[in-house]
Amino acid sequence: MGKIQIDSLHPNNVLEVKNLNVWYNNSGIFNSNSRLKSKIQVLYDLSFSIAHGEILGLVGESGCGKSTLAKAICGIIRNYKGEILHSGGIPQMIFQDPLGSLNPAKSIGWIVEEPLRLKGELDASSRKRRVDEMLERVGLGSQFAGRKPHELSGGQRQRVSIATSLICHPRLILADEPVSSLDVTIQSQILDLLMELGKEFQLSYLFISHDINVIYQICDRMMVMQKGEIIEEGDVAELFDNPSKEYTKRLLYKE
Amino acid sequence: MLSIKNLSITFTNEFAVEAVHDVSLNIAPGERLGLVGESGSGKTMLALAISGLYPRSTTRISGEVLFNGTDILKCSSKELCRLRGKEIGMVFQEPMTSLNPLMKVGRQIEETLKMHTNTPPTRRRELALEAMESVELPDPKLTYEKYPHQLSGGQRQRAMIASAIIADPKLLIADEATTALDVTSQSQIIDLLARINERHGVAILFISHDLSVIRRLCNRVAVMHAGKIVEDSSTQAVFENPKDDYTKRLIAAIPTRDKRRRQT
Ligand SMILES: Nc1ncnc2c1ncn2[C@@H]1O[C@H](COP(=O)(O)OP(=O)(O)OP(=O)(O)O)[C@@H](O)[C@H]1O
Ligand SMILES: Nc1ncnc2c1ncn2[C@@H]1O[C@H](COP(=O)(O)OP(=O)(O)OP(=O)(O)O)[C@@H](O)[C@H]1O
Ligand SMILES: [Mg+2]
Ligand SMILES: [Mg+2]
Repeated sequence: MGKIQIDSLHPNNVLEVKNLNVWYNNSGIFNSNSRLKSKIQVLYDLSFSIAHGEILGLVGESGCGKSTLAKAICGIIRNYKGEILHSGGIPQMIFQDPLGSLNPAKSIGWIVEEPLRLKGELDASSRKRRVDEMLERVGLGSQFAGRKPHELSGGQRQRVSIATSLICHPRLILADEPVSSLDVTIQSQILDLLMELGKEFQLSYLFISHDINVIYQICDRMMVMQKGEIIEEGDVAELFDNPSKEYTKRLLYKE
Repeated sequence: MLSIKNLSITFTNEFAVEAVHDVSLNIAPGERLGLVGESGSGKTMLALAISGLYPRSTTRISGEVLFNGTDILKCSSKELCRLRGKEIGMVFQEPMTSLNPLMKVGRQIEETLKMHTNTPPTRRRELALEAMESVELPDPKLTYEKYPHQLSGGQRQRAMIASAIIADPKLLIADEATTALDVTSQSQIIDLLARINERHGVAILFISHDLSVIRRLCNRVAVMHAGKIVEDSSTQAVFENPKDDYTKRLIAAIPTRDKRRRQT
């Protein structure tokens, strides 16, 4: 069992991951099949860091462990070995499957406001203003505040998840396919928003995407993952010019 | 085979949204039609109307959805159920919510066979494993025994695709079916869909924000904006010579590798 520490990391970094190994326990209450009554390792000895204000891209084949990594970093998965060091606060997650992560009984306004309420710094009317502004910036507008999650389209829900994660300006945001359900015009607006806020508040991102061009456009550095291991890592421009692994080449140049 | 005439769908709840406005659209047998457009423009609602799954209690619907001559909007739920299993296969936008969390993935994939055919259990299992293989799910025998939450996002999408194609439907509706997939897995799915389209003449309605996938898979593209179809033309015409303003903006916003937004 690993532990999340708050101090003892390099002052430039918002996150340091050291020798992270993650297993899934398949012997849950559901399974009786003996083949599955075992631990399966999905992440192998990952080590990397994210600096303040940095956008780190993460790419790799479906099922290679990207979401698992994000979940371990934000504490949803506790069954790991290794170290995860954060500076300042709990990272926010933008989930790949937004419907599952939004409280179905609450209104959009309530959901987006929740992180502000928990933080407890602003009074109700300032919170409301911040929520309306945030809904506007993700292209929804305050008229959506009264709706419930199931009363939105898939891409609108994804934007609620984005608004919720950004509203408190957390130091680190784990964005798991954050723009995959958006048409490219709104996608472009959201990417600009992520970068604007990043600049304004020194936010850092772990940015998971299957869209290599999006990674190229917004990330500083990127990591390539294959079957639970980081096989290549580096500055985006350099890596695109000069991928060393066959797998990376295929990923970057297969169209 | 599918002919939508003047379809409008309006929510009757307090928000009174008109999700689909006077849409007419045809799909011929064996055609591969792409449906693209703004987030919230009504694509999913349109797909749900075709499969008879639109929210009846909170919407008012008008127009016709003729599937081989039968108006789907007038079908009883029993007729609809049969149509959906045998004739129309559907891949939903959010797999986690349309998969049953308490049922093994493999069982769910063979569900349509169980409901609508007399295929014996062992044969059903074989067919399910084959379908899982064809969508490139890893280790089908192992994945068969898993529950939906034990799959990755892209694996769940592929499980949905497997369950939609297993009973050889005449029309396959795929709503954002490859959104979470890396380029390699995406190519495999495109190839698979192209193959079943060519071999079995299955018509495909492919809804996606990923314009490069649409461009590779579809021979015709319809563009939706604010509940309306604003353009409906051959793939080549839409990409190379878009007529509508929204389509033009959409095509211009496709992420490329020409320029980085990030200056470091
Ligand atoms: N709760 C779980 N129990 C068992 N295995 C799991 C569980 N969740 C995920 N897995 C498995 O772990 C592996 C990694 O899953 P993960 O969701 O991290 O992949 P991913 O890289 O995010 O894929 P995608 O791009 O498809 O979303 C997959 O093979 C998946 O089947
Ligand atoms: N229960 C509801 N009450 C009111 N409006 C609703 C409800 N459900 C959906 N809507 C609205 O209907 C419109 C069409 O939704 P639909 O899901 O068809 O969009 P979409 O084109 O599939 O979008 P996306 O690309 O984001 O998935 C949206 O503007 C949505 O907000
Ligand atoms: Mg994932
Ligand atoms: Mg939709």
